[in-house]
Amino acid sequence: MTTGTDITAMAAAGVRTPAPRAGTVPESVPRDLSGNGTGNGDEFGTGSETEAGSGSGSGSGNESGSVATAAPEAGAPGRGAAAALKAVRALKAVFVRTVAVLALIALWEVAPRAGLVDATFLPPISEVAVAWWELAGDGQLAEHTQASLTRSLGGFGIAVVVAVPLGLLIGWYRPVAKVLGPLLEVFRNTAALALLPVFVLLLGIGETSKVSIVVYACVWPILLNTISAVGNADPTLVRLARSMDLSTPRLFQKVILPASVPAVFTGVRLAGAVSILVLVAAEMIGAKAGLGYLVNASQFNFAIPQMYAGIITISAIGVAFNQLLVTVERRLSLWRVPASS
Amino acid sequence: MAKIVIEGVRKSFGGFTALDGIDLEIRSGEFLVVVGPSGCGKSTLLDLLGGLSRPTGGRILLDGKPVTGPGLDRGIVFQQYALLPWRTAQGNVEFGLEATGVPRRQRGARAREFLDLVGLSGFEDRHPHELSGGMRQRVAIARALAYDPDVLLMDEPFAALDAQTRESLQDELRRIWQSTGKTVVFITHGIEEAVYLGQRVAVMTSRPGRIKEVVPVSFGECDALLGEALRSSPEFARFRHEIWTLLHDEVARARQLEKEAVAA
Repeated sequence: MTTGTDITAMAAAGVRTPAPRAGTVPESVPRDLSGNGTGNGDEFGTGSETEAGSGSGSGSGNESGSVATAAPEAGAPGRGAAAALKAVRALKAVFVRTVAVLALIALWEVAPRAGLVDATFLPPISEVAVAWWELAGDGQLAEHTQASLTRSLGGFGIAVVVAVPLGLLIGWYRPVAKVLGPLLEVFRNTAALALLPVFVLLLGIGETSKVSIVVYACVWPILLNTISAVGNADPTLVRLARSMDLSTPRLFQKVILPASVPAVFTGVRLAGAVSILVLVAAEMIGAKAGLGYLVNASQFNFAIPQMYAGIITISAIGVAFNQLLVTVERRLSLWRVPASS
Repeated sequence: MAKIVIEGVRKSFGGFTALDGIDLEIRSGEFLVVVGPSGCGKSTLLDLLGGLSRPTGGRILLDGKPVTGPGLDRGIVFQQYALLPWRTAQGNVEFGLEATGVPRRQRGARAREFLDLVGLSGFEDRHPHELSGGMRQRVAIARALAYDPDVLLMDEPFAALDAQTRESLQDELRRIWQSTGKTVVFITHGIEEAVYLGQRVAVMTSRPGRIKEVVPVSFGECDALLGEALRSSPEFARFRHEIWTLLHDEVARARQLEKEAVAA
């Protein structure tokens, strides 16, 4: 009951309406990839989990090390055993992390050779590797990769620069957020690729339309996450700042902004995955370079191993980019309270 | 001399009256506890004192001047600690100092000094999620004390803690209050806590909140006692019973109101 009156008191005082306590951790718990259905992201969710697992693994490794030092009478053999145990654990962790990928590679190699699938349409991975090597050797791969990365990183960068400040602004002015909310939902749920013909119509078939579609697709996850991050900033912290008579800009700088960082970065990471997904599809229509073009053109020319080489490159880039963003995100969210509390 | 004067303060939200005709004087350096049934507007009263909201009627004077908004002459300790999770204990205490414009170089030493005062030396670099509930509230108290407000407003600060931690923090708070001479307004729904901490205990009625009675608490020769010795003294039991009796009807009435509200 007291909290009930608290809330009304705050509302009357013009303090931001508090979200329910539980809501203070929004779609956060960002590592479980809130609402990200892309295979890319999912793969990475488990990736980061296993990494966390291996982290705790090495932690317990240290523990066993300290046990060894705590019991010096165990002497050198004990220490050796501890080290061996640690090595075994590390190997096990590596095995757990790679076994599924290795199994896929093995299956890809064996299935076509054993005649389980038509080798014309799914050549063994060794042939794909050879094709990849040739593409890498004659510079084609580098050229296409560069074309793709320039577009997707450019679009991604523009989206971050535009959407983060805009999201902070919209999130801060709650009435604005309320008015724009439904509109933003409509845009976000309109598949970016459905709008590709519109972009081509308006901006032509060149670079502009491709970068624009990447910008468009990247803006929504960042914008929406940023808006909700600002809206979900812990109301008690806002009260605290108010009680200290902090000016609004200082409140924003010292409380809202740092509180929003993790959720904003979750949006950025989703946008990173989207930037590559959308670009590849865009490159399949009316492009003369880029990995999407490479895949499409190879299929057209029946250069099937080259097609798969292009696909593998795309997923490798996606995985690497996501991993990079996950690392940065974790660095920025170190203070984040574990989900239990 | 009266530090805080509350004169005929009324607060309503729409058609709902939370506080009605509150009159109270709090002396400088006094430890006043406000106790009341849940929903009686205790926290609303604290918000008014903190300047986080304005009274609908009446006025609140601090050092003879009306309260018009929040200020650093009052420090609030919240029930939910309100620590910035991305800052260390040290950083959280410094947060209050940044607001008062203490020069950067002095902040560190000052923060360490107050963390030491609440018994948290050696925990300066811990983040809130690495601290226990009791430790978090100690950090919050250190933060409120560090920028040296005259008045400490505490909104059920120990309600979320387990019984042992609560009792040890009550002792700490008494010690800190005695050594710093702050004026403390402490909100609680715990009768024992009120008797243990308060020099005077203001008992509130259930909705709309009014001051039912102000009970001066003094243990005579037992005043120097601490902890269990004081809690088990006959005087303590007498005050406890007196306040319990005052509250009893109010709690029953509050429960009735609550039932009606749910049924409606």
